[in-house]
Amino acid sequence: MAEQRAGTATGDGLSAKERMKIDRVRMPEQDATARSGNFAEVNQGLDEERARLEAQRCLRCKNPPCVNGCPVSVRIPEFVSAIADGDFQRAAEVMRVDNALPATTGRVCPQEVQCEGSCLRGKKGDPVAIGWLERFIADWAAEHMPPESPPQTCTGFHVAVVGSGPGGLTAAGELARMGHKVHIYEALHDTGGVLRYGIPEFRLPKAIVDREVENLRNLGVEVECDVVVGRTLTVDQIAVDYDAVFVANGAGLPMFLGVPGENLKGVYSANEYLTRVNLMGAWKGETDGTPIARGETVVVFGGGNVAMDSVRTARRLGAEHAICAYRRTRAEMPARVEEIHHAEEEGIEFHFLVAPLEILGDDHRWVRGVKLQKMELGEPDASGRRRPVPIEGSEYVQECDIVVVALGTVANPLLTEATPELQLNKWKNIVVDDRQATTMEGVFAGGDIVRGGATVILAMGDGKTAAHSIDEYLRDKTPKGPPTC
Amino acid sequence: MFPVVSNEEIAPQLHRMVIAAPRIARARKPGQFVIVRATAGAERIPLTIADYDSDAGTITLIIQCVGVATQRICAVPAGGELRDVAGPLGQPTEIEDWGRVVCVGGGAGTAVLFPLAKALAEAGNDLTTIIGGRTDEYVILKDELSAISTRVLITTEDGSLGERGFVTLPLKRILDDPAQKPAAVYAVGPVPMMKAIAELTRPYAVKTIVSLNPIMVDGTGMCGGCRVTVGGEVKFACVDGPEFDGHEVDFDELSERQKMYQELDEHGCRLDKQVADLAAAEKKD
Repeated sequence: MAEQRAGTATGDGLSAKERMKIDRVRMPEQDATARSGNFAEVNQGLDEERARLEAQRCLRCKNPPCVNGCPVSVRIPEFVSAIADGDFQRAAEVMRVDNALPATTGRVCPQEVQCEGSCLRGKKGDPVAIGWLERFIADWAAEHMPPESPPQTCTGFHVAVVGSGPGGLTAAGELARMGHKVHIYEALHDTGGVLRYGIPEFRLPKAIVDREVENLRNLGVEVECDVVVGRTLTVDQIAVDYDAVFVANGAGLPMFLGVPGENLKGVYSANEYLTRVNLMGAWKGETDGTPIARGETVVVFGGGNVAMDSVRTARRLGAEHAICAYRRTRAEMPARVEEIHHAEEEGIEFHFLVAPLEILGDDHRWVRGVKLQKMELGEPDASGRRRPVPIEGSEYVQECDIVVVALGTVANPLLTEATPELQLNKWKNIVVDDRQATTMEGVFAGGDIVRGGATVILAMGDGKTAAHSIDEYLRDKTPKGPPTC
Repeated sequence: MFPVVSNEEIAPQLHRMVIAAPRIARARKPGQFVIVRATAGAERIPLTIADYDSDAGTITLIIQCVGVATQRICAVPAGGELRDVAGPLGQPTEIEDWGRVVCVGGGAGTAVLFPLAKALAEAGNDLTTIIGGRTDEYVILKDELSAISTRVLITTEDGSLGERGFVTLPLKRILDDPAQKPAAVYAVGPVPMMKAIAELTRPYAVKTIVSLNPIMVDGTGMCGGCRVTVGGEVKFACVDGPEFDGHEVDFDELSERQKMYQELDEHGCRLDKQVADLAAAEKKD
């Protein structure tokens, strides 16, 4: 039925009433049982027909609330109506201007609290699947459009970007398109930051990260790995050779629970667990690669996206019982709705309203279980969420082989400790103004090193803002070195 | 890519490699380490920078080839390249002029000790160095350490070189002699050795600094795999260390955590065996 209608409708010919009659498309997914045993991507992507039909659901609002809901203000109605018209090239061109990494954000943005959360159609029924359309057009462009060519202009300015995560990649792309020569320094041996070490293959295939980086190289951006800024080179040293610096070195040190038994064998921070599996490829199980401990029962503490990534990874590594233990309820979980939904389909077990008291070990100091206490929701706390309160005498033991702690991170000190000119806040994050400028001349910063734990799209927004601020900052300057473009 | 300038085996399964890494050679301080991968797909291995030449732009690493990843590093000949060398990482050693200092190195740990000893000597310390090894073959950097120490004492477990026994023997004599008692002891070696030294110096209240080598992934503070308990607090060896006050370190915990993947392999093998046994039993039925 639905396909038939898509075939007969031409984008702009529809009335609002007709648009309202179209139901939200369903994302083709890999079967839940099958995917619980592999690392291939869960969502299979929309085909052209489904994408056009979904795009026709957009009401083309005069003052589109979705654009305000987007941290980088993608002109959503414009690209969506181009999809509805079947003009995918135009849709991709609109997207390319506004969003440097659409294949990534289409997959990992929390759309339900951003664009889709603001969509008028969501007031009565389902919002337009903006995220899926974004992903569709990004994947279409990768397949059908020639790679972007380097810009014709050359300003002669050199800009250094510290970190190749979403913030750094976005800033690098924007700056390169403006005609500045960009050099990215990455601390790890591979690019992408959290997109590579944090987000699993089944949610964001690494081929996409490779593609985004390759695209930057086509624009003339240089990428250098194994440079730990703050250690290998300092920001001061970099600032001598470059006209401006953008610092986006990312999240930092993992937080732990602070309960007894946390250093037992088999206890991981989510950062370590995911880095071993994603960046180091431990999931491939190669004998000469980086190892990962697998277990029949894995308990993951936390309720955010990182907790979901960890517990779903545990399941794929063979855990019969992959348990998410969270101290509030499903409604308070900060994870993307789609991730929770996918996790449930994959047989992830949820223990809500529990807090860890102790991690229990065996005679060989391996984890054998966790001692949990049941909680109930009390009065709202500072975050507006109801505070969990322990229920006396409700302790119980959940046996397990592996524990993963996904409680967030604190600022990484490597760069900031070596750069005393940078003003930090009380959490040791870099202080910036609304232009992403730091207290150090010519040095801008963004992403998690500024915000603490945030999202991919917010880091990208910072990168975009910083690129424009840097461009403005450079306008009345003279390049320090000879032009290299 | 990082060119290998030279590679020699200085003791059984122990290689000394000189690597071109000009930025690291310039930035490094004693006590710091690098993360190395020979090839794509290999594990990230933390290795202490044993020596450096900032003019030549090289660093020296001493590598014990015990696992697949370290064997791959050691297999890269002079003229070859290492895919990744990142650093310098970790906090530099706090070098002071203590007056009289004893440095103790055990096995491959002597390589980690060398840059500290060198810096301590340069700071004006009267340096006694004790090197221990299983046999004479495993006693390394004897000449290099002799050049910077007031004296060098050697112990081997079989008596094939120097005194027969462990490094704690000469150390105890030194601690007992008021004319020789040091203001500080630096010890680097296997965990049981560092633990024994910390226990030995504790009653003498001699400051004892040890360099720890827990399991690590990124080496930049991101994973927390290298956490150790020091004075009842959790520290990350990669950003807070690798050197700590030996009297405060929970060595038993460290020793257990180091064995994690080794035991996992053994456990895996046991499981495989059980499965095979079960299958065999089923066949019989």
